[in-house]
This record gives sequence, C-alpha cells and structure tokens, in this order.
Amino acid sequence: MALFRHGVRVADDWTFPAEGEAFPDSGPVALPRARLIAEWTALEARNAPLGVVIASGEKLDGLEAILPRLSLVKLVIPRYADGRLYSIARLLRDRYSFAGEIRASGDVLRDQVALLVRAGVDTFDVAHEGTARAIETGGIVAVTHHYQPASNDAAEAHAAPGARPWLRRTPVPFPLA
Amino acid sequence: MYRYDEFDHAFVNERVAEFSDQVARRLSGELTEDQFKPLRLMNGVYLQLHAYMLRIAIPYGTLSSRQMRRLAHIARTYDRDYGHFTTRQNLQFNWIRLADMPAILKELAEVEMHAIQTSGNCIRNVTADHFAGAAADEVGDPRPYAEILRQWSSIHPEFTYLPRKFKLAVTGAPNDRAAIQVHDIGLELKRNAKGEIGFAVFVGGGQGRTPMVAKRIRDFLPEADLLTYCEAILRVYNLDGRRDNKYKARIKILVHEMGEDEMRQAVEREFAAIGRTALTLPAEEIARIQSYFAPPVLATLPAHSDVLDKAKAADPELARFLRRNLHAHRTPGYGILTVSLKPTGLPPGDATSAQMDVIADIAERYSADEIRVSHEQNLVLPWVCLDDIPAVYAALKRAGLATPNAGLVTDIIACPGLDYCALANARSIPVAQRISERFAALDRQEEIGELKLKISGCINACGHHHVGHIGILGVDRKGEEFYQITLGGSGDETTSIGEIVGRGFSSDEVVDAVETVVETYLKIRTSPAEKFLDAYRRVGEAPFREALYADA
Amino acid sequence: MSANPQQARKAKVFRPVVATSNDLATGAVVFRHGDGTWSIDIGRAEIAETPEDGDRLLARANADQDACLIVEPALIEIIREGGFVRPVSLRELIRATGPTVPLPPEAYAHL
Repeated sequence: MALFRHGVRVADDWTFPAEGEAFPDSGPVALPRARLIAEWTALEARNAPLGVVIASGEKLDGLEAILPRLSLVKLVIPRYADGRLYSIARLLRDRYSFAGEIRASGDVLRDQVALLVRAGVDTFDVAHEGTARAIETGGIVAVTHHYQPASNDAAEAHAAPGARPWLRRTPVPFPLA
Repeated sequence: MYRYDEFDHAFVNERVAEFSDQVARRLSGELTEDQFKPLRLMNGVYLQLHAYMLRIAIPYGTLSSRQMRRLAHIARTYDRDYGHFTTRQNLQFNWIRLADMPAILKELAEVEMHAIQTSGNCIRNVTADHFAGAAADEVGDPRPYAEILRQWSSIHPEFTYLPRKFKLAVTGAPNDRAAIQVHDIGLELKRNAKGEIGFAVFVGGGQGRTPMVAKRIRDFLPEADLLTYCEAILRVYNLDGRRDNKYKARIKILVHEMGEDEMRQAVEREFAAIGRTALTLPAEEIARIQSYFAPPVLATLPAHSDVLDKAKAADPELARFLRRNLHAHRTPGYGILTVSLKPTGLPPGDATSAQMDVIADIAERYSADEIRVSHEQNLVLPWVCLDDIPAVYAALKRAGLATPNAGLVTDIIACPGLDYCALANARSIPVAQRISERFAALDRQEEIGELKLKISGCINACGHHHVGHIGILGVDRKGEEFYQITLGGSGDETTSIGEIVGRGFSSDEVVDAVETVVETYLKIRTSPAEKFLDAYRRVGEAPFREALYADA
Repeated sequence: MSANPQQARKAKVFRPVVATSNDLATGAVVFRHGDGTWSIDIGRAEIAETPEDGDRLLARANADQDACLIVEPALIEIIREGGFVRPVSLRELIRATGPTVPLPPEAYAHL
C-alpha cells in the first residue's frame, strides 16, 4: 500500500491497532467504529489525534457526537466497484461538516481518483500499483467540467453569474486535494 | 432541441480524450481486459458475440437531421452500413473496431453526441415520451426536465459505482408512453390543485428476472426539487442497495425488501436533510432549459386538411397508413407520424445508413429538423403539417419505411437475442420475423387491432416481454431454443406484469402458439372495440390456456 | 465473453475442441490455427483431440491474450461433418458464421 497526501507519497503517521491489541499512549490512533465508541472515554483522555476506520458496508451511525473530535476517517474499499464510500465521504463533508482527513484505502483505480476527490476524499492509500504510479507521476487524466456540485465545493470554480448554477470546474492541472 | 454551449463541448471533448487514453492503454497492454471492462462499459462499449458493440446515447430519444446523418455516416464508415435502435431510445452499432473508437467518439462529439453512461452500474440515458412537446394530451414537455437530469447524472461523482444500473424515464402526459412504472425512477409531470408544475415520483420498477411495478412514493414533487429528490433516492440506494448478489442489486429489490413506506420515509428523511443547495432549481434556469425545447414556429391552420382528405380518398394505402401511424398533435393542422422500423420479415429496430439519410432529409424538410426514437424501436416525425403528409408518405414508402403497423401485432419489440448478444439464450429476431410474416396481411392486422408483442432472448428482458400484451421469453432447454409465453403485461399508465401461461414452446411451435392466442382473443372479444389487453383482463388466462394446451 | 468455458469441461466424453476468442483491436471472432495465427476460418483451426492437448491449446491461447493479440480465449467443442468443422452449440455456430437474420446488402461487402 502507498499513501498519498496532496499527491505526495508520505509515510503513515497513524497507528491502526489490531483487534485485541492495546492502543499506544501517544501518537495518532485510529480504531474500528465499534471499538472507538466502546472505548471512547479512555481514548478521549489520551490528548492525541483520534480516527475511525469505516469498513465496507458500515455507516456513520453512532459517530455523530464523536465526529467533531476526530481527525481521520479511513474508508476501506475492498473492491473498486463498491461505491458506498462515495456517499459516506459526501455525508461526512456535507452533513457533518467533517474537516479532518478522509482517506480512501484499498482497491482504488486511477480512473476513480478524481471522483473520490470530488466526493470529499483527500488522501489515498492505494493497493493498485498502476494507481500509485499515476498519482506519483501526475498521470491522472480526468474530466474537469462538472454538471453537479459535489463535496469539495470550495476547491472548485462555480459557474459565472447567469449560467447554470449547478456547473463546476476543477482547476487544471488536476490537483490531488 | 438542446444545443451545447462551450461548457458542454468542453465536457464531452474531455471525456473523449479520457476514453481514448483508456483505449490506447488497453491496446498497448497496459490495461488487462478485467481492468478495461468497467471503463469501456461506462462508455457504452461491449464485447458481444461477433465483435465490439457501441451504444450511443440519444438523450430522451431526440435527434436532429444533422445528428441522424452523422449516425448514417458512422454506419457506413465504421460499421456494416446499418444500426439498431433500442428500447432505451439509443442506437447500437454491432461491428465496431476498438481501434476506431476514438475517431467515432470525435465524430459524435462534433454533432453534440456521445456514448457516456450507456452501460455500467451508473445512471443511464434518461428516456422520455417520444411524442414529447407535440402530443395533444400533454401537461408539459418532459424533455427539459430529462435534459436537466441528464446533466446532473453525467459523471456524477457519487453515483458512478452503484450496486447496479439505474434508469430514469419521464412522461409529460397522463397516457404513459414512456413506461415509467418499469423504471428505477419514473417521473410523471403533472399540475397540483394550485396549478403548479411538479412530478408524481415512482421508484423501484423494473423488468429482468424479477419484474416489479414501481411504487408511487410522492404524489407531487415541486419541479424545483427534482434534482435534490433524485439525489436523495440515489443516495439511499447507493448506501443500502444490495451488493452481495448481482441479481438482487437493483433498487426494485431494495424497495421490495424495505417496503414501500419505509423506502418513502428513508427518501423523505434524506431529502429533508439535504435541504436547499445548488441543486434546488431556480425557476429562471428551468425556463432557460425549456427555451431550448420551444416548439418550432408552426403555421396557423385549420384542424382539417383538405389536401390530406383528397389524397386519402384517392389512395387506400395512405388511408391505412394514417389510421395506424398518424397521432394527434397539440397544434391544429399538424400531426405526429410514426416511421415504422418493423417491415415484414426484417429485424425490428434496424435501419440502414440510406434509410437514416432519407429520414434526416424528410425531417429537415417536413418536421422542423427533428426526429424521435421511440422505446418501441420506431422513429417519429413530431412536427408534420397535415398538408405535407402525402409527400412524406411517398418518400417514406420509397425507402421501405411506411409499414402501416404502429401498435399492431407486427410492431414487435425484440432484443438482439442470440444472433448478436453474448448474454442471450435464444434467438429473438428470427421469431419476430416469422411472426411478422405470419400476420403480414394488413387487413388481418387491423382486424386484430392494438396488440403489443414483445420478445426477449433471455431473462434480462431487454425485449420488455414482461409488459407485452403477449410476451415471449427465449430460454435454453438442453441446448434447444424454447419460448415461454406470457399474457396480459402492459407498460402504460395501467402497468402490469404478464403472467406465464404454461409450458414453453419449441422454435417450430411458437408462431402457431401466438396465432392460437390471437385467434382465441378474436373469438372471446365482446366487439372489435375491446382490445386484446382489455379482453384478457376481463376473462383471464383460462381460455388462452385451454386453447394452447388443448391437445396436451 | 465469447464462449462458455464450462462447455468443454462439462462433457463426460471428451469431444474435440478448438480455441476461439475475439481479436483485441477489431473484436472479430477468431480461431487459433496450428501455426499460432488467428483467423475467422474455423476450418483451419487447430483441433485438440484429448483433454491434455486441450489444456495445452488453451495455455497457448492465454499466452496470446497476455501478448495483447486476442481477448478472453476459450475452448469450444466441434464436430467434423463431411469435410467441414463446425461448433456443437448453436451459440458458437452463430459466432462462427454470423447472425442468422438478413443483413442489409451492403453489410455483406465486409464479410
């Protein structure tokens, strides 16, 4: 897996404790949703960034009160065709005003990167070697004219006054959030 | 008609560049077939039985003469000189080379066309009443709303990897010619008590192996909320639709499993939570899109045409054509003509490049430059002056396009079937051919009256057999083609799913079986005014079953 | 997908098979010949008479797929009949010989 933030390959600064494994006393830690909720009191006292891992098929139920305190939501994609995370990412940005990192992690095709960015994802943890290479070399070719507002609205140019209000433009060259 | 502005051109050109890049990566071996498949499907490219197939989007079935000529040019230059109009108001070419794909898409983009989202698990081409804007019974033209939906759904970042494909249809008339109740979302344009325009919203209809009639989840949705409400439906579906089984992944299964009420509540909750956003349609933007679809300037004429009356009196063949293929127009002195793509013994929905050119010429001269594709696989000339009809008829006849059978038993919908399709289990077109030959006598067809016969070559039901008054489903039985007959289906405002009448028939038996059904109807009908569907609904399947299986 | 890969395996008695697929660039139906080329002519196709020969034929066809010549190769059963070779199944017969419906006259110019 290769982690990209703003198109740059970076080392992962987050710890993802396995099931049954104790979380460290310091440093950013992200846990599966159920465990995060169950151990919230202890986690909250740590005074270090916290995150949640949303498995494929999971939703945000039960996290509403916690989300403002989180710095990372990692969305796991077991198969590229599983499009549920696009809606989850959009809900995080639009419904819950989540301002932290949204990470798409797993089977991401390079042709999906632009869509995920528009849905609100800003880091990529990709298994696919071709995708990693494309992100690294600026090889993401995508349509920059859009017919609908999405969830990275502040980063996109809006239609000029008098034009269709649902139009958007992505700046060129394609920025990786 | 809608016209592209700079933004629309730039969008399509970027998409052509993106897909051309994907084709190049495939041809060079950088992409494997497994990796390429979802990408090519998203742009309407299939690998069928004989070759690659390209499905071109014809939004809400509306074409200009220039666009039709370009399709003819593509048929001649890159294919085998013909194309196939589909039940989704699209056009398919059956013999396209992958290497030619970028050139073809460039040709299409020049005339404001594309193949975006004509396959794949995304929102497909939005369809509409093929008489839209011209029909006498219309509340309003559905096409501006279909265009707004087309734009919104184009490369929608959230809804490109749905559990399964997703189809929308819009009708502007209470007489539903767009089969909205067998779509994932069906929209019926209507006015409320205050006279405001909005939609009745139907969700969860569909055919395939589990046919279902859509549920009405909203009686009246204000037009301003069209996109927000659709976004809410799609989000509920994207999050909760089943992804564990391809055959249970359509929204109809979700609606069925959740129940109508719970589905309605989930959509309304999401709709309320989205609230007012840039998707809320300002009245002036709706008006602006509507202005593209303003009717052409038509002459002020009496409702009656003496010219046409005289021609009709002199030519019984023209009179017959008019009885079936002329439809009521909203403007006095004008008519809507169905151009039948169902000549006796030829594949339903196919047109040669020469025929496409002829229709383009006729439309340019006589129909305000406009042609429609109907989901019944015919073409439509929506703006014909009654005085011009004799000339139009003569031109159509010369090109083999004047078969007077609209709505009759030989106006058959048939999927490509095993002759072309990689999914099919049995052939559809040869059955359609033989039925059309059996019933070729025009007097007999008229005597039988309105009868919708639809044939699918597999359970995916692309030939809409579930909503055929008579439906035929091809199956494979130990290597032999077999055909099941369903009766009583309908795809109009009284939508119903046909019922299987009994054991299937071999290829040799099926045409006789259809004839038996038709003869039974003729015997039991109370009068020639009682149509097949009405008679079936009155008496049920018993007399048909008895007639079909009397010897068994 | 052009052919049912189970067809050959399902049979209790092994019937002779040939390798078929579609040409990558054109999409045309093709059969693998003994010299390693592919064409529409099933009459020239290399016929595997035993399951082992079938496996080897399919392996060569898969290598051609990896080399970007063809797409989704499969083995299909054939029958020899009066000097002709034809597929057993209707589907494959239609693939090998074209649609069973009339095409416009101009369409035949391409055949």
